[in-house]
Amino acid sequence: MLQFFARRLIVAILVAATVMVLAFALTRLSGDLAISIAGPNATQADVEIVRKAYGLDKPLSVQFFDWVGRAATGDLGDSYFFKKRVADLIAERMPVTFTLGLTGLVIALVVSLPLGILAAVRENTSLDRGVQLVALIGQAMPSFWLGLLLMITLGLQLGWLPISGTGSWQHYVMPGIVLAFSAIPALTRLTRAGMIQALGSDYIRTARAKGLSRAAILLKHALRNAAIPVVAIAAVQLGFMLGGSIVIEQVFALHGVGFLAWESIGKNDFPVVQAVVLVLAVIYVALTMLADLMNAVLDPRLRGP
Amino acid sequence: MSTVSVITGPRRGWRSAGTWIGAAIVGVATVCAIFAPLIVPHDPFTQDLSKRLLPPFWMAGTNPDHLLGTDQLGRDYLSRLIWGCRISMLIGITVTIVSGLIGITLGVLGGFLGGRVDDAVLFAITTRLSIPVVLVALAVVGLLGSSMALLVLTLGLLLWDRFAVVARSTTMQVRNLDFVAAAWCAGCSRARILLGEVLPNIASHLVVVATLEIALAILLEAALSFLGLGVPPPLPSWGLMIAEAKDYMFFSPWVIVIPGVALFVLVLGINLLGDGLRDLFGARSDP
Repeated sequence: MLQFFARRLIVAILVAATVMVLAFALTRLSGDLAISIAGPNATQADVEIVRKAYGLDKPLSVQFFDWVGRAATGDLGDSYFFKKRVADLIAERMPVTFTLGLTGLVIALVVSLPLGILAAVRENTSLDRGVQLVALIGQAMPSFWLGLLLMITLGLQLGWLPISGTGSWQHYVMPGIVLAFSAIPALTRLTRAGMIQALGSDYIRTARAKGLSRAAILLKHALRNAAIPVVAIAAVQLGFMLGGSIVIEQVFALHGVGFLAWESIGKNDFPVVQAVVLVLAVIYVALTMLADLMNAVLDPRLRGP
Repeated sequence: MSTVSVITGPRRGWRSAGTWIGAAIVGVATVCAIFAPLIVPHDPFTQDLSKRLLPPFWMAGTNPDHLLGTDQLGRDYLSRLIWGCRISMLIGITVTIVSGLIGITLGVLGGFLGGRVDDAVLFAITTRLSIPVVLVALAVVGLLGSSMALLVLTLGLLLWDRFAVVARSTTMQVRNLDFVAAAWCAGCSRARILLGEVLPNIASHLVVVATLEIALAILLEAALSFLGLGVPPPLPSWGLMIAEAKDYMFFSPWVIVIPGVALFVLVLGINLLGDGLRDLFGARSDP
């Protein structure tokens, strides 16, 4: 068990290091950063001043290890546009993105668990097909478009929810629903598949033979086993949702990390862009490790000797 | 996981109906995409400011010359929609070709050779999954400027993971089968076995993955174009159409409903067709 996690940790660190190289290379794609930072009206002298001030005159390898060295101590550099430390900027914006991600995940679980169980219990009936159709529809729904439709209907026509901003919890409901749509198909299918497998197994037959109630069999015996992969995938989905929330944050003007990245891309503020890519990747890696850990805790068979 | 996706009993009825609906949608979209210049009723780029935001045929005040109305610059909406279909299909298919080449190569090599090579492939997949796709694609296009070629290359480089996962696991299953052993005994070279024995036998699985990837690439292109960092204007990408019409959506919701429905229906159709193919081949496409 310990050895398993030591190996996973080493892989995670290697992944983070690779992502750092990629994120650094990504922001150097555009060629001469000093010119784009100095702006269209800058003279050659201005560009040289910018190049010196930001350390862009040093060799790329020096710049890279400089960045890595400081990132290891939590210093992600300074934003060119906001004139603040990038780490502070991300820390300010992260609560919005996390709230959005968790809201989306909770909504997704509340919808997909009952749907998946229902479809499994009524396998191959019209109800099962209906649930699978819901999953297909969720898979085909463009998230930004769904967001706009909800703004028109729930926001403007019915007036139930605020259209954009981050003032209160109500502001997170619509974006949460939209974000949940991206996870509902996978979670529903997984719950359904897990429940079908569990319901066909010997221990369920034993439970039935003992005369246990239907509810006890479903919720205590079958669901507990079916939930193991679902819990793990839920953690991974949260990672995808945090990375994918950039579109939704833009639609609903939620000033989270995704919105910050979007603003920074438009302003050539590359220390922010590379830091957000890195932070989101590290969070994803941490969440997948958490998923493995939860799997091992929930299912003693996976712990090994 | 592998035991649960086994299909029990005949899958006729609604399943095959879904497949046919999907095939019909994809068929219509393909015809629109290929023959777009011939079937558009108007030039999709010609502006006419005297005919701005004409409503579609089911609303009052419509103009029979413009069945789906016109946009905020007086361009014919139906023509832009058909042209947008061409762009969506083009991007979906080209991105899938790029990502398929990368993913299948990595997956087959990892699954066939095993050992160190497989470790490296697994590591590449793990790393790729940790990278936030939308953010990186936005950053690349934002830094290098938007063009179709760059968009296709970027998305192709980001979306190969499912191809790699499926190609790897199916190759591992095929690798140990008798006909591969027979080919070894017959003295076939490694390359010959890979291309002649392994690849044809995992192709059906890869076709299913390809349909899902086309759908995903179309959705991603629309999202990137919606954010202004995808297909460059004035090309009528559906995502761009929604972005441009966004300012008018509260007064005339149809301006975003029409391109959105088109996008939704096309992606749904491709997924239905993909599900049908999966049942037909008995393939699995979930990693």
